Amino acid sequence: MTRFASMFERLRGEKKKAIIPFFVLGDPDEETSFEVLKAAIDGGADALELGLAFSDPIADGPTVQAADVRALASGMNTGKALALVKRVRAYSPKTPIGLLVYYNLVFQPGVDAFCAAAKEAGVDAVLAADVPVEEITPLKEACVKHGLDTVMLAALTTPEERLERILKVASGYLYVVSVLGVTGARKDVQDETLELIVRLRKRTQLPLVVGFGISTPQQARRVCDAGADGAIVGSALIKALQEHAGDAEARAAEAKRFVAGLKNGLRPAE
Amino acid sequence: MKKGYFSDFGGVFVPETLMPALVELEAAFESARKDDAFLAGLESEFKSFVGRPTPITFAPRLSEELGCELYFKREDLCHSGAHKINNALGQALLAKKMGKKRVIAETGAGQHGVAVATAAARLGLEAEIFMGEVDMERQKPNVFRMKLHGAKVTPVSSGSKTLKDAVNECLREWTSSVRTTHYLLGSALGPHPYPEMVAFFQSVIGREARKQFAESPGGLPDVVVACVGGGSNSIGIFKGFLDEASVRLVGVEAGGRGIESGLHAARFSDAKKGRVGVLHGTKSFVLQDTDGQIAETHSVSAGLDYPAVGPEHAALRESGRARYDYATDTEALAAFKLLSEKEGILPALESSHALAWVVKHASELADKRVLVNLSGRGDKDVFHVANELGERID
Repeated sequence: MTRFASMFERLRGEKKKAIIPFFVLGDPDEETSFEVLKAAIDGGADALELGLAFSDPIADGPTVQAADVRALASGMNTGKALALVKRVRAYSPKTPIGLLVYYNLVFQPGVDAFCAAAKEAGVDAVLAADVPVEEITPLKEACVKHGLDTVMLAALTTPEERLERILKVASGYLYVVSVLGVTGARKDVQDETLELIVRLRKRTQLPLVVGFGISTPQQARRVCDAGADGAIVGSALIKALQEHAGDAEARAAEAKRFVAGLKNGLRPAE
Repeated sequence: MKKGYFSDFGGVFVPETLMPALVELEAAFESARKDDAFLAGLESEFKSFVGRPTPITFAPRLSEELGCELYFKREDLCHSGAHKINNALGQALLAKKMGKKRVIAETGAGQHGVAVATAAARLGLEAEIFMGEVDMERQKPNVFRMKLHGAKVTPVSSGSKTLKDAVNECLREWTSSVRTTHYLLGSALGPHPYPEMVAFFQSVIGREARKQFAESPGGLPDVVVACVGGGSNSIGIFKGFLDEASVRLVGVEAGGRGIESGLHAARFSDAKKGRVGVLHGTKSFVLQDTDGQIAETHSVSAGLDYPAVGPEHAALRESGRARYDYATDTEALAAFKLLSEKEGILPALESSHALAWVVKHASELADKRVLVNLSGRGDKDVFHVANELGERID
């Protein structure tokens, strides 16, 4: 059983939900990033979603774009990012790690070589933000070959027939995009998002994880109450860490505090 | 061949949120291209609003100087100043047919932005144009023209602040407004169906040119030359001659300050940085580093300053049907001056690259009939050219 599968199975047994923080690998630099990732695990992160910084992240809003810029400016690249994953894997042998990528970074080394390297570093799942089901076959085949889950996106705009095709490919979990738009903190969860979760819940046993715009424990709670298995929080967390720019220790402490806060907000009601 | 592909190039690489809109767009386009009423409406706009067909102009003085028979397809005479209006009107009509009331668009040189603002004003659509801050500075006249037509111009300050970043912002904005808004992409790139659709609307250039030459005493041209940024004017004129093996097709990229300098936008000519990759929804030649991070580009002309080339060009190059080369900033500026002085035509800096290639290769073109696609007029460039030439005019 994969790390993601056993994590979700355990949480379902305990009637708990997953909190998955998102970070850009190497933001703002390799060492600080490592401290932050360890702190997030210490804070109770059920899994990590880690982004490979890309020059042209079309699915991301200003907060994640800025994180990408910081990471790249500090000299981050694919090799160093996977080396960082390897250190995190050594620190926490059990925490599932998903990699969020833009396809060109996978395509350049070759889809097979990329997946082999990701697996070797300790990655459990790959999500390519700009690869829809129409183009997924090469990546899916390489993921299967190397024992990686292929996470797919489901959006508010996705009609039934596409959902069917997406669910045939998706493994690990289904990433439910909660907003029309790019990543970035939002104030509310739309009713439409909750309806999508309910609709998806009826169709699949695959864990549903909601992301894009989830920033508070209350929002995480709402999507989980609607039937999701967990929430991914990125921009709000990255923004909070940036309040401590230049102070690696405070940054790590904030990561731990923030993740613990989200986790506490999701405890089953007494 | 897989749908949306030209050989191994093309495809549809976008986040899921946009996919349903692209599927809808593909269906609408497929039906429109076979719809006589739609095509007649477009044809009527081309004729009465754009001023088509654009003429072929023989260049007697330059022909004598260069030793070939030089002709221009005068897309610079299109209403709003460039070939961009052909596609802008086509897609705007399609957007209307699809019930979308708002269009968004990226622009580099501002010609596409102006064309979209023009088409939107004509058809009563709301328009928002995204433009890199660097480009807004070097194409000031066009920024004001867009505003005069009632469009909102939104500056883009991320990345290199040029065309590439404007496309990023458009894709992001479209993700938020996809249900009500059409993304009026301006070049023959992006996710399927854009490369095919833009080429379809621009193919009027080649269709006209072929007819105009076929009816002339000398028959078809020997060589057709066009500049290639994303590649819409070039694919538009090439389409008219693809099945005429005797007609050589040449695409000219922006050589910037030379290939060795690294400051250019010559995707096909830089063997180190120019490789097959995926950017802005399509697989084609892209300037990038070894990991796949997209490289920053440079060109004196904002409209060619872009790291990827349309996928159909990659396929035409692979098959050998078209040849691709480059002209540097200096060569393009010299061609700009040459055409202004010798023929009384002020060309866009983009189109000046095509002429610069002809000047550079005059010896191999001796006595040939050469057709250059003069894709746009250079009025927008006068301040920038003055600056490059060290003259003050404002």
